[in-house]
Order: sequence, then structure tokens, then C-alpha cells
Amino acid sequence: MIASTILRADVLVIGGGMAAAWAAIAAAQAGASVVMADKGAVGTSGVTATGGPGHWWVSPDPALRREAIERQEAKALGLGDPEWMARIIDLTWRHLPDIAPFYPFGSDGSGGRYVQGVRGPEYMRALRSLASAAGVTILDHHPAIELLADADGAIVGARGIALDSEDVWDVRAPTTLMATGGCAFRSGLLGSHGNTGDGLLMAAEAGADLSGMEFGPSWSLSPAWSSTRTLPYFAARFFDDAGRELDIPPPKAGHAHLQALGRAMQRGPVLADLSDAPKALPGVLRSIQPLTLAAFERRGIDLWRERFPVRLFGEGTIRGTGGLRVIDDECRTSVPGLFAAGDAATRELVAGASSGGGAVNAAWALSSGRIAGLAAARQAAVSRRPAAITARGLGRVGLRPRRAPQPLELAALAQAVGSAVHGYDQAFQRDKAGLARSAATVDAHWRGLADHARAGGRALVELRAQAAMTATARWSLAAALARGESRGLHVREDAPATDPAKAHRLLVGGLDRVWTRADHPVTQGVAA
Amino acid sequence: MIAALVEDRCTNCNACVRACPGFVFDAGADRPVIARIEACQTCYLCELACEADALWVNPDEASASAPSPAELARSGQLGQIRRDHGWNLPLDAGQLDDYRLLGPLLNEGADIAARRYASRG
Ligand SMILES: Cc1cc2nc3c(=O)[nH]c(=O)nc-3n(C[C@H](O)[C@H](O)[C@H](O)COP(=O)(O)OP(=O)(O)OC[C@H]3O[C@@H](n4cnc5c(N)ncnc54)[C@H](O)[C@@H]3O)c2cc1C
Ligand code: SF4
Ligand code: SF4
Repeated sequence: MIASTILRADVLVIGGGMAAAWAAIAAAQAGASVVMADKGAVGTSGVTATGGPGHWWVSPDPALRREAIERQEAKALGLGDPEWMARIIDLTWRHLPDIAPFYPFGSDGSGGRYVQGVRGPEYMRALRSLASAAGVTILDHHPAIELLADADGAIVGARGIALDSEDVWDVRAPTTLMATGGCAFRSGLLGSHGNTGDGLLMAAEAGADLSGMEFGPSWSLSPAWSSTRTLPYFAARFFDDAGRELDIPPPKAGHAHLQALGRAMQRGPVLADLSDAPKALPGVLRSIQPLTLAAFERRGIDLWRERFPVRLFGEGTIRGTGGLRVIDDECRTSVPGLFAAGDAATRELVAGASSGGGAVNAAWALSSGRIAGLAAARQAAVSRRPAAITARGLGRVGLRPRRAPQPLELAALAQAVGSAVHGYDQAFQRDKAGLARSAATVDAHWRGLADHARAGGRALVELRAQAAMTATARWSLAAALARGESRGLHVREDAPATDPAKAHRLLVGGLDRVWTRADHPVTQGVAA
Repeated sequence: MIAALVEDRCTNCNACVRACPGFVFDAGADRPVIARIEACQTCYLCELACEADALWVNPDEASASAPSPAELARSGQLGQIRRDHGWNLPLDAGQLDDYRLLGPLLNEGADIAARRYASRG
């Protein structure tokens, strides 16, 4: 790709969600020149914008914090790191209020302001304003396609496509920060269309490894016609289309709740009945989550009185746990010059084998963003080498195919890959044979892409998204196969017990050949 | 999916073109064009950006059909999301005063389901 625009910066942030924004703000406030390149638009793209993240929120009372960390460590099932937990609680507490000049904090009901939970569109609007005020150069609709490396293999920037002109852009920077979010495999999950794992692919092409990819999948319940936030459905009762009530364990049962719903959906339509919802909910849903209500009002459905069909939307690595491995306490990846933050990074450090959804992920995105942004700014300040003039593009699939380019049927591919990860039949019955079958399907698609895929302009952006989802599926399935036990979010029907000998993280990586390997143990077993 | 751009309301300000995360719109001479609907993720965020209340998103992720402009105007749905959010209000207008209830109501819902399940016959 020949670039028509070349920019220079101290720090290049790839992504435009909350992790990218917090990173860009921190780096710019530390004095770095920062370019933030987003596939979508900073303010609306990513799952933060359509969500409403509650942040892990514990006041600085040492006893309360200790207790919160102990609870989280128990959930992490041996894979968490209490020091990281303490750091993100502290950074979140100190920095979430930074958005106050641009965010309409509501009342806490007792004279103060309610800070810990923020509504997505207003939150991302505030972060965009804060980034602009800090001097960040924001490039909306500028997806990154590939990383650039110097002769030593250090990352010196990235190239991508400007969606309006379809021109190639090129940003050179001594430090690059990957904050491209998780991958929802185009399941339709609210706000996730652009979350296709691009950053995982780009980083893996540079040699980065991943961790925690086996912890998933997870799903969220929504009306069959579109994914919404889940607040209204917690007290739901469920019926089949003959009007018989289904025996579904409650949401607190976690996997069993989803599994029962998924199995019922394999048999036929499932209808939700919200007549048991908390009495106060109908009166305030509009002011809390206007978009959730719109999904019903615009179809003329009274959601509190009428039954409606529901479906499960896969959450991929968003409420799964895995992502790029960070190798130190400043969020460096295993590739020199490359940092990772938010859902693009593994959240095992703070979530372990559980899902970080519901509070920990947002605290992680904010904190890892700030930590990585500051560290990148510091590293750029000492390197200050003119970012290499001759840089090598590291992208392969879609850019530099192994054989003769050929047109590929992308829609079919996306569907096959999505169902290998989220399909009810495979995912609720994770066992060796099923996982191996899914892995073989996805491998075949990968070979087709790596051998023959090539495109330019906006078609290249879509091709890379497909390749990234395929690669992400391969790593998820390989890790799920390699972890021959059940732990947290990873439930194996053929190995239902948790094996104390496997209380270690699992690394995965590779493109032509996917590999897995146990990470060093994080918890010392009790000496025998 | 994005389903309607009400022509006589549109001021061609291009806010939707800039705001859409899927880059669904192209700028046009008189008004934006819905150019890449397959990238629409039914997020309604273009409606928040449109101060002329000219956009309407069909809540069905697979449908771009829309009522007529006259029906839309009568429905009260044009601009409703922006009003519900209090999107253009001053920051201290109290538009998020109920937001703290989200967590407690979610937990209450989960408790109701758990109690009901425990006491089922
Ligand atoms: C419905 C829902 C509700 C949630 N609720 C909570 C909650 O209450 N509490 C909690 O802790 N967590 C919650 N989460 C999780 C939380 O929202 C995420 O952990 C958090 O938003 C992650 O932020 P992020 O910036 O890493 O990713 P995102 O916000 O998803 O941002 C990813 C960004 O990367 C950009 N991008 C992708 N590819 C490229 C590319 N090639 N080039 C450039 N940019 C690219 C996208 O455009 C996007 O801007 C929820 C998630 C969902 C889906
Ligand atoms: S934001 Fe509204 S008024 Fe502006 S161009 Fe788009 S549709 Fe027209
Ligand atoms: S609903 Fe969302 S994705 Fe669709 S056009 Fe509007 S802003 Fe774009």
C-alpha cells in the first residue's frame, strides 16, 4: 500500500472506544503528540458507546478495597493478580470524575453525584471532548490495516484506509497502542459491528501472543429482532410458542441459565414475559435506557404486557476474557513498541477465568488505557528517534496472499466462523470432538483467506475484518481445546471438573500454525 | 437499520455522516445518501446526532422499511431518542438523575427470578 498521507506522532492510538480515548488523553496530558485513528467515529464506535458501563467502584477505605479484591480473586479462580486489581480500582476511582467538565453526572439520590455508572453515548461524547481539549488529533473513519516495523522488528506506526477517499494513510510513531476492543464475530451484539478483532490480527502478524482466549463464549439475551441492553429481562419468565412455561434457571445461575435458554431455542421459538419485572422499572426505563425502549415502541409492542420472541447474541471476547498478553505492569505486549489496552488486551489479570463484564472490564479499559498511554508517552520521549523512514508493512492476509488472488464468498465465511464460536449446538456442549470439528472448519476458511484474499480500499477493510474474526476464532477454539478442564467461563462437557494442576494461564498465537502453551503458574500450589 | 431520512427536515449539516460508526452515509449535494446500509448496526446514534430530527431507525436489524414521512411525524418518534436522552440539554439539567437506579433494578430483577425459581412447584 502506498500512502497518500503521512503523519508523525509520539504515540499512535489505534481504536476509538473508551480504552483508546483514556489512553490518548493520558498520553497527550503527559506532553506527547498523539494521533488516534478509529475505524468508526470516536464518540459512537465500540461497545462502550451503546452500552452504559458500570465501573468497579470502591472507595479508598483499605478494608473495603481488600474485601473487594478478595471477592474478585475468588471469582478469578487462580488466574487473577491482586496487585493489578488494586491498581485499577484506584485509577478508576481517581480518574472517572475527570469527565465532569463534559458529562452530565446525575444525582446519587442523597445530595451528591452518581459517578460509577455512565451512559454510553454521553460518556463517549465526554471522552471525545476531553481528548480534543488535550490536543489529541482524532482521525475518524480511519481504520488501521497493518502495523509497520523497523529493521529490528520494533513497531513504528501503522497504515490504514481513509474510508471516505479510500486513500491509504500512514502514521509513524515510536510507540503504538492497540485499543481496538474485543471481537463479537458479527453476532449482532449491540454496538459491536466494528469489533472484529482487527487489532488482535495486526498484533499477531507482528508476533504478539494472546492469553485467556478459552474463557468464553457468553451471550446476552435480547428481543429476536435486535440486541439491546439486558436490564428489562432479568426477571423474565420464558414460554415456548405453544404457551408452555419453560423451566429456565435464573440469570444468577450463569452458564446454566444461558444453556437452558440456548437449548430451548434450538427446539423452537422462545418468548419472554416481563410481567414479573420490578415494579419501579417500567416508570424509569425511558430515562435510564431510551434505546432499549425504542426497540419495542417502534414495533408497537408493550414489553411489560406482551410476550415477545427472544434470542441470544454472542459476546465473543467482549464478555469473554482473552486478548493480547501484556507482559509487564505498563501494558506492553510481547512486541517492542506495541502496547495494548481495554478489551483488545487479556483481562485475566483482573478477571481471571471469569467474565469482567459488569464492572471490572470498564475499570480495566479506563486504567489499562491510562497506564499504557502514560508509558507510551514516556517511552516515546526517551526514544525520540525519527521514526524509521523505511518501515515494513507486517500485514499478510488480504494484503500479501500466499498464492494467486481469487474472489472469496465473504458473507458465507462470516456466518460459518460466527457459528463455530457462538452456535448454540457447539458452544453449549464444548467437548473435544465438537471443538476439533469447529476448529477444522475455521482452519479451512483461514487457509482460503491466507492463500487467496486480496483487496484494496473499503473492500480491504472488510476483508481484514473477516480475516481477523477467522483468526480470533482459531485462537479461541485452540485454547478451548487445550484447556482440558472447566474453569470459570470455560465449560467443557467432557471435563466438568476444575483441575488444580491447571491453575495457570494459557498462551495462544500463530497464524499459519496456531500454537498453545502454558504460561508460568501464577498461583503457587500448596507445598505437598 | 437506518430506514428514513426525512428530506424536508434535513438541513444537510452532515452530522450523521460524521457520527455514524459504520460509515453508512455519504455526503450528498442536497442531503446525505444511505450508501452502505449493510454496515448499519441499528445503534440509533445518528438520531442523537441529528438536531433536525430527520432520521428514523427501524429497530429490526434486518429491515430498512419505514412509515411514510407524514406517519413518522405523527408518531412522535422523530427526535424522541434525543429528547429522552436530554442530549442537547445543559450538563446540569438532571437528565441522568435516574441512572443510579440501573444497578439496583437489575439486581431486583435477578432476585425476583431466583426466588421464583426456588419456589417453583
Ligand atoms: C451491552 C454491553 C454492556 C456492557 N456493560 C458493561 C458494564 O456495565 N460494566 C463493565 O465493566 N463492562 C461492560 N461491558 C464491557 C465494556 O463495555 C467494555 O469492556 C469496554 O467498552 C471496552 O472498551 P474498549 O475501548 O476496549 O472497546 P470498544 O469500546 O469496543 O472500542 C473498540 C474500538 O476499536 C475500534 N476499532 C476496531 N477495529 C479497528 C481498526 N482496525 N482500526 C481502528 N480502530 C478500530 C472501534 O471502532 C472502536 O472504536 C459491556 C459490554 C457490552 C457489549
Ligand atoms: S444530521 Fe440530520 S440534518 Fe444533518 S445531514 Fe444528517 S439527516 Fe440531515
Ligand atoms: S443506526 Fe447506527 S450504524 Fe445505522 S446509520 Fe445510524 S449511526 Fe449508522
